[in-house]
Amino acid sequence: MSADTETGADAGTGTQTGARAGLRADRVSRTAGGTLVLDGVSLTLAPGTVTGLLGPNGSGKSTLLRLLAGVLAPDSGVVTLDGDPLGALGRRTVARRLATVEQQADTQTDLSVADVVRLGRVPHRRAWAPPSAADETAVRSALARTGLTDRARQPWRTLSGGERQRVQIARALAQEPRELLLDEPTNHLDVQHQLDLLSLVAELRLTAVVALHDLNLAAMYCDRLVVLARGRVVAAGAPGEVLTEELIAEVYRVRSAVTRPEPGGPPHIRFLGTVPGPAAGE
Amino acid sequence: MTAPASGGTVRAGVTAPLWTAAGLAVLAVSVAVAITIGPADIRVGDVWSVVAAHLGGEAAEVSPIRDGIVWDLRLPRTLLAAVCGAGLAVCGAVMQSLLRNPLADPFVLGVSSGASTGAVAVVVLGVGGGVLSVTGGAFIGAVCSFALVLLLSHTLGGSTDRVVLSGVAAMQLFSALTSFVVMTAADAETTRGVLFWLLGSLGGADWGDVAVCGAVLAVSLLICGGYARTLDAFAFGEEAAASLGVAVARTRLVLLCVTALLTAALVSAAGAIGFVGLVLPHAARALAGPGHARLLPVTAVTGAVFLVWADTLARTVLDPQEVPVGVVTSLIGVPAFVLVLYRTRSSR
Repeated sequence: MSADTETGADAGTGTQTGARAGLRADRVSRTAGGTLVLDGVSLTLAPGTVTGLLGPNGSGKSTLLRLLAGVLAPDSGVVTLDGDPLGALGRRTVARRLATVEQQADTQTDLSVADVVRLGRVPHRRAWAPPSAADETAVRSALARTGLTDRARQPWRTLSGGERQRVQIARALAQEPRELLLDEPTNHLDVQHQLDLLSLVAELRLTAVVALHDLNLAAMYCDRLVVLARGRVVAAGAPGEVLTEELIAEVYRVRSAVTRPEPGGPPHIRFLGTVPGPAAGE
Repeated sequence: MTAPASGGTVRAGVTAPLWTAAGLAVLAVSVAVAITIGPADIRVGDVWSVVAAHLGGEAAEVSPIRDGIVWDLRLPRTLLAAVCGAGLAVCGAVMQSLLRNPLADPFVLGVSSGASTGAVAVVVLGVGGGVLSVTGGAFIGAVCSFALVLLLSHTLGGSTDRVVLSGVAAMQLFSALTSFVVMTAADAETTRGVLFWLLGSLGGADWGDVAVCGAVLAVSLLICGGYARTLDAFAFGEEAAASLGVAVARTRLVLLCVTALLTAALVSAAGAIGFVGLVLPHAARALAGPGHARLLPVTAVTGAVFLVWADTLARTVLDPQEVPVGVVTSLIGVPAFVLVLYRTRSSR
């Protein structure tokens, strides 16, 4: 747990070990429609941990995830994978290392669960080549790890929202990534499926980054939290250090009571009302 | 034709060659039988011996008239029907997947409207001074229209819906130009000829058309086949495809250009034969499932067989008068389309 996250101002003073390993953002900025969405954000991920990305709407969470995935290029700064800039690696190479799960995925194509999971093998396959034994093994293992083996033949369109997200995670696993990026994956799910999904992510032992809105879920399932406001990192660290009444009031403009029901357990946040004035993200 | 619509879990790698081989056999028999149908009485045996004679360089064992009917008229026409059917259907399948739009067809990029304008410019206005053939004019018109669509969609932001909207705009523009030229400059006889071409007709097919269209089709099928898995990745949208390692912009440009050039070649030779590119991919999906490694060959063969029989019907049903094949494809295609949608209805 030697990961370190700095804002642009004090970047370079971190004491992380193996600084070049894994996925890193180094002082990345990005504008969209004339507005600065991300302003010099640096992020380092400790292998095998779940990092929660918090912040109000418009704080830059999704943009940061898209930069990390290499789908979007930063205007300044660089995202590196084991020290190599993402842009120099080529899409296929990147897609074999890191996988993305969107808020909500849908298709008009008549796909089965196994068909969707098999899409995860696209970056591993060459044109014209039939599926290899490694492809089939990866698909089977992804279905097994997500508990979907019995539903492989079920049509995608008959799945509930929670099941669909689970299938998307299986598809991501079939990519055999070391890093997994999830953009508000629980947004459209009921409470049970939210807990199911995040505990699945936590059990995978991959290096994961999850953008979340629910602070209590973040506290329960993330090893580390990074809080964004107006495109900058305003706090980073273990949930117990980051989620304070002061920070929640400042970033979300919400009054809250933060308690720790079990010693050593995650903090629990109870919301009391809004603080007058504009929220930090607006 | 009873494969389940949701048979998507069947292994693509194992059954695709089998399906394609069976389909090609059906296609070969269809071509041979279709050639025997018509006013002149010809048997399947005659067809084989004429083909064998021409390929082997020996004299045919049938009369020169029959030899001419088979080798110079019906065979190139039937083969062109097969090539057009396969090409239009594959273009439709690729467009529908690439643009994520079940209503996309090979003409959605304005290619056929541009081809019509080019053809009309040659036939009615005499553009090209007699050097340029109708086919040549149509091809140039098609390429111009496609270039306009690419330019427009690029200027407008390059997203999928912009491509579709630019295509619609180009289609309207060139249709208006065609109508304007025909209404103001053409006499009744020319109008009739132009109309026949607009609706699609394989009547003028010769070996040159077959060779050109066949070659373009072969190259296009190879390229599209190489992109089969990439097309699968578009199922959840372009950003999802990008995160699966697909170079989205390059893939879209390559496939749009390939399908547009193939469509341009086919439309130049046979006119805008409608409905094949819209309906056949849906029918093929019901047969082959969603994976493109299986879907593309099945679509090609289904399209080829369909158009061979549609054209046979077009030239025989009102004999000696000929019905434009585009009319036949729509008359058969609409009920078939409804049937396909009806069969997949309960599962939606």
